[in-house]
Amino acid sequence: MTNTQQLIRAVTEADSPTKMVTAVQKLAAAKDTAAIPTLIAVFGYNNPPAAVAAVAGLTELGEVAVPQLLAQIDDYNYGARAYSIRALAAIADPRALDLLLAAATTDFAPSVRRAAAKGLGNICWHQLDISERHTAQKRALSGLLAISQDSDWSIRYAAVVGLQALAKVPDLHDPIRARFEEMLATDNEKAVRARVLLAQTEASNGVYLVGQSLP
Amino acid sequence: MIEPSTEEFSGENAPPLTTEQALTNLQSPDTSLRYYAAWWLGKFRVKSSEAVDALIAALEDEDDRTELGGYPLRRNAARALGKLGNAKAVPGLIQCLECSDFYVREAAAQSLEMLCDKSAVPALLQLLDGGVAAAVQVPGRPHLTQPYEAVIKALGAIGATEAISLIQPFLEHPVPRVQCAAARAMYQLTQDPMYGERLVKMLDNSTLQLRRVTIGDLGAIGYMASSDAIANATVENSFKLFALKGLLEHQLKQEFDVSPLCDNAIKVMNLMDSLL
Repeated sequence: MTNTQQLIRAVTEADSPTKMVTAVQKLAAAKDTAAIPTLIAVFGYNNPPAAVAAVAGLTELGEVAVPQLLAQIDDYNYGARAYSIRALAAIADPRALDLLLAAATTDFAPSVRRAAAKGLGNICWHQLDISERHTAQKRALSGLLAISQDSDWSIRYAAVVGLQALAKVPDLHDPIRARFEEMLATDNEKAVRARVLLAQTEASNGVYLVGQSLP
Repeated sequence: MIEPSTEEFSGENAPPLTTEQALTNLQSPDTSLRYYAAWWLGKFRVKSSEAVDALIAALEDEDDRTELGGYPLRRNAARALGKLGNAKAVPGLIQCLECSDFYVREAAAQSLEMLCDKSAVPALLQLLDGGVAAAVQVPGRPHLTQPYEAVIKALGAIGATEAISLIQPFLEHPVPRVQCAAARAMYQLTQDPMYGERLVKMLDNSTLQLRRVTIGDLGAIGYMASSDAIANATVENSFKLFALKGLLEHQLKQEFDVSPLCDNAIKVMNLMDSLL
């Protein structure tokens, strides 16, 4: 039995939540593609720290995990689905665009929608050829603009985060700036307006790094 | 109590009711229609004076009774009135603090917390009579003699500093949620970080439900020093986001739109972004 198989076995045989977390961390650290299905399955175990470790492991593996992440979306468990979307959002592979769009605009679970909204802004557009790229970016934009009018503040907040990232695409600058102005004037939640203000400030400073404070 | 706004299933499950129908139903001979209408008016924040007046009247309902003598319609009317934000409801809600039904008293205290009206303080203080010694489980019922958690939270939110010495002993009450309520109120009334830290410690508790409540408390009091602890707590991201939103709102001065965001606000937003 290979080392990875042993690590997979430790995950499936973990008999306590803590053992599960440790087993998943070890499996994720192995960075072996053979671990992908097991890491995805962890999303359904209702063990948040283990799921977070699995997201990190899959994100680390990157593009190679995308096809299975897309194929193994759990349609019946929104908790598990949110972790899949988080992993896809972090990997930022454009093959996830359709799924992220559908999740952001039509999923019933806010946790799934927020994760997808953030992901829509961060896709690695350069992986698409020029002709596809333009259409894909427009679709992401219209999806995010639509959900920036959602009745749930947390969805609008996530839409702002997505739009801020998308504003790095020069072509999309103007509609995003216009929408931000509108939200700043009309959104009834202080928290959302503050996030718009932060997005505007960072965009005008060319600051896109998280954690950096204002001059 | 889970804050209603953190429900994972949001919005659009509106029942087929209109405001007119709800107001009509509130007078229906069918008590279950009245009960539902009162809930509906609160849920959909129908703030017309007609709705407020009808709900205030429902606080004195005698028709809808449970086998144990409870007043279901009064409970729902009291809960709804807190959400409508009309100070006109305060005297009626104060009356409800003397109701024989525990759940009516609890709903009234929760709504008085939301309405934040100083005039409720003496009646709320009365429910703390006898102190921790009197705050015991009612035999055979799943609650204490009074809705201490709700009463203490209300006193903290209203800023009733005269209640400090009465609330402080409840930090040692055997029920953790009552302890949390006391820590939360003590922080609001004294701004002493010691009480904020008591709540932060509760985030290590093994009960998920208690961690959720505590995280909500930290958000409600805007205890900035807890931002990282909130972000790292083992509860669902939705709860963390709502708590951090509370911290953020605390940091935002009224006229923030024209002034730059402070570093604390930016820190909280960066944490929120990471939880999406």
